[in-house]
Amino acid sequence: MTRYVILGTGVAGVAAAEAIRVDASAEIIMVGDDPHGYYSRPGLAYYLTGEMLEKHLFPFNTKDFAQLKVRYVRGHAKQILRETHQVEIEGAGLLHYDKLLIAVGAQALRLSIPGAELEGVAKLDSMEDARRILQLAKKARRAIVIGGGITALELVEGLVSRNVKVTYLLRGDRYWNNVLDEHESRIIEGRLKEEGVELIFHAEALEISGRKGHIEALRLLDGRTLKCDFVAYAIGIQPRLELAQNAALAMDRGILVNEFLQTNDADIYAAGDVAQIYDPLSGRSVLDSLWGPARLQGFVAGKNMSGGRHAYIKAVPFNVTRLAGLTTTIIGTVGRGRDEDIVGIARGDSETFRALPEALETESNFDVNHLRLVVGQKTLLGAVLMGDQSLSVPLQKMIIASADISSIRPTLLEGKQPIADVLIRFWQEWRQHDSRA
Amino acid sequence: MPIFDFLRAESNRHTASSAGQVVPDSARCVQCGICTYNCPIGIDVRRYAWAGEAVVNSRCLTCGECIARCPRGVLRFEQTDLFVETAR
Ligand SMILES: Cc1cc2nc3c(=O)[nH]c(=O)nc-3n(C[C@H](O)[C@H](O)[C@H](O)COP(=O)(O)OP(=O)(O)OC[C@H]3O[C@@H](n4cnc5c(N)ncnc54)[C@H](O)[C@@H]3O)c2cc1C
Ligand code: SF4
Ligand code: SF4
Repeated sequence: MTRYVILGTGVAGVAAAEAIRVDASAEIIMVGDDPHGYYSRPGLAYYLTGEMLEKHLFPFNTKDFAQLKVRYVRGHAKQILRETHQVEIEGAGLLHYDKLLIAVGAQALRLSIPGAELEGVAKLDSMEDARRILQLAKKARRAIVIGGGITALELVEGLVSRNVKVTYLLRGDRYWNNVLDEHESRIIEGRLKEEGVELIFHAEALEISGRKGHIEALRLLDGRTLKCDFVAYAIGIQPRLELAQNAALAMDRGILVNEFLQTNDADIYAAGDVAQIYDPLSGRSVLDSLWGPARLQGFVAGKNMSGGRHAYIKAVPFNVTRLAGLTTTIIGTVGRGRDEDIVGIARGDSETFRALPEALETESNFDVNHLRLVVGQKTLLGAVLMGDQSLSVPLQKMIIASADISSIRPTLLEGKQPIADVLIRFWQEWRQHDSRA
Repeated sequence: MPIFDFLRAESNRHTASSAGQVVPDSARCVQCGICTYNCPIGIDVRRYAWAGEAVVNSRCLTCGECIARCPRGVLRFEQTDLFVETAR
C-alpha cells in the first residue's frame, strides 16, 4: 500500500486527494496547520462584506472527507527528511511518506514599518485573519488600507460595509497600474470615492504609532499624520518556501516543477500557489495565485503521484472578480511592468497578466461598462471587461483557443464601430464552426 | 460507460425542465458558496459546480437565483440534448 502525504489543506491539496482516491487502497494523509482546514479563500471577501456567513464558506463537510478516506493530521510541517522519506510535524513527530505533495500555498508579505506589530494592524490571508478584521472593525472608526491588487480593495469594501471610514493609500498615481490601464484605474477610483472612501496618492506609509498597543495614527513620508485606529494591508504575497529550502529542493520564487508537477526529487511534487510553473505563453516559469489553476495543478499532481503521466499545460490565466462593486474579467496578457503597491504578486493575480508583448490595444466604454482588448497579429492576447459580463465567456473561449481574428482585426483597431458589437458578431459566427467554443 | 455516469444520465432524463438546466463552468468557480446560500430550496449548487455537472435535482425551480448571484459568471441555463431526448 502506497502512502501519500499531502502538506496543506487548501484547494490544491484537496484536489490531489480526490485524484489519488481513484485508487481505493491508497493511504492518504493530509497535514495542515490552518485550524479551519479547507474553505474558500476567495470567499473570505464576501464574509467581510457580510454577504456570507463563516459557516457557508466550507465546500466539504466531514462526510465528504470521510468518503475520500483521508486521514487528517492537524499540525505544522517543519521539515522534510528526503533520505528517510519522512516529514517532521510539529507536535506529532515523524511521518513516513512514499509520495509527498507540497501544497502549502503562499502567504501575505508582512508590512515592515515601525508599529506594524501593534494590535489593530491586519492582513487577509486566512479565516483567522478575516475573523480578526471583523472583530477589530466593530470598534474601529477610521481605518487605513495600504497596498494594491484585489485583496486591498476587498479590505476597503469589507470595512466600508461595516461602517468604518476608510482612507486608501496608494504609492503611485493610480490603482493597479500594471494590470489595468489608466482609464480602468480611474473607473475603480471613482467608484471608491462614491462609496465615501478617501484616496491618497503618492502616499508612502512610514510609521504607525499607538499607545498601550492601540493604534492612534499613521505617519506618511511627506510628513503628514493621519489619525486612525485600524490599519489593514495587502502588499503582495510570497510562496511558503521554508520546507523546500531546508530540503534543498530546486526553487526560484516558488518551488520549481516540471510539467508533471514533480520537483527535482522524483517522490516530491508541488502544486498551487507555492509552485512555479513553466508557461508556454511567455516562455518563462511564472507564479499564479489563482484558485482554478491551483485546483487543476493539485489534481494533475495527484494523478501523477499515483502512477499517471499527465502534463499540466498552463492555461491562459483569467480571473473574474469584483473591483469596487464592479464585476471585472481579466484574461491573458493585459498589462506590463511593476505595481508600486505590490511586491511580487498579489492574490487572484498571475504574472502572465503583465507579460505584455508588442501588441495593439483597442477600447470602448459606455457608462460603467468597459472593454479593452489586446490585439496580436492574428489573435486576441488579452482582455479586461468591466460591468456587463455578457462577453466574458466568449472572450475567455476565443483567447484560450487562440481564435484567428484576422478578419475583424482592422475593424477592431479602426475603432469606428463599437468593438463589443464587432466581437459578438464574430463570436456568433466562430462558435458555429469551432468545437472549442 | 462507468456506472456512475450511467446513473447520472438516467436521472437527467426525467428532471430536465422546459427552462433547461443550470450548468456550471467549473474553471471559473472559487467555491464561495453564494449560489448554495441563495438557492430558495437549499440545493447545494456549489457541489455541482465543483463536479462540473449540471444541477440535476427534480426540485430545482429554474428560478435563476443561483445564476444571478454567482459573482464569477460560473452558472448559466442550458437547454440540454437529454431534454430533447425526453421530449421525443
Ligand atoms: C483574500 C483572498 C482573495 C483571493 N481572491 C482570489 C480571486 O479573486 N480569484 C482567484 O482565482 N484566487 C483568489 N485568491 C487566491 C486563491 O485563494 C489561491 O490561489 C488558492 O487558495 C491557492 O490554493 P493552495 O491550495 O495552493 O494554497 P492555500 O489555499 O493557501 O492552502 C495552503 C494551506 O497549507 C497550510 N500550510 C502552510 N504551511 C504549512 C505547513 N508548513 N504545514 C502544514 N500546513 C501548512 C495553510 O495553512 C493552508 O491551509 C484569493 C486569496 C485570498 C486570501
Ligand atoms: S457562487 Fe459561483 S463561484 Fe461561488 S460557489 Fe457558486 S458557482 Fe462557484
Ligand atoms: S435555479 Fe433556483 S432552484 Fe434551481 S438551483 Fe438555482 S437557485 Fe436553486
